[in-house]
Amino acid sequence: MANRTVTRADLAEAVYQEVGLSRNESADLVEAILSEISGSLVSGENVKISSFGSFLVRDKGRRIGRNPKTGEEVSIEPRRVLSFRASQVLKDRINSSLTGGS
Amino acid sequence: MIKSELIARLVEANPHLYQRDVERIVGTVFEEISAALARNERVELRGFGAFSVKRRPARLGRNPRTGEQVHVSEKFAPYYKTGKALRERLNRKKPHAV
Repeated sequence: MANRTVTRADLAEAVYQEVGLSRNESADLVEAILSEISGSLVSGENVKISSFGSFLVRDKGRRIGRNPKTGEEVSIEPRRVLSFRASQVLKDRINSSLTGGS
Repeated sequence: MIKSELIARLVEANPHLYQRDVERIVGTVFEEISAALARNERVELRGFGAFSVKRRPARLGRNPRTGEQVHVSEKFAPYYKTGKALRERLNRKKPHAV
């Protein structure tokens, strides 16, 4: 399987083909979608896209980590991380396509 | 924010577009990402993040209630890694500033 990588340009091309906006505007809309999602997450709001998945903002507390190379203890400061939970629809689609059964 | 709210926000920001076109645009974007993952391709959206598929090999599991061994077949799990720019924005001092 040739494992190519899909990028913004591919998404914009799909929008161009599917909807018939100009190429420029298609690219702008792809960017606007990513920017709305990012903005929501940065403001602390989770984003749920039905039949695709949810992006969840989670707060991680302070913990003591260790530099695996030196063994030195370092404090890992509280931070916010994202987790993505794929919808069952997406998981099923990927599995039925890649395992050859459903 | 859910998908319909995302569409509403985009419609508001793009008054020259019909709502049904914005719905198709949003649908197309998530469909392309899903289809790529179903082909075991990686989707890399610099700054936002990257989607990929991880293979979980077949293994022997155990029914936690009965202790019985069960065969768990190979699975594929979608995975998302936050992009660097987004990760940094999430951790700014004033995350609520635009």
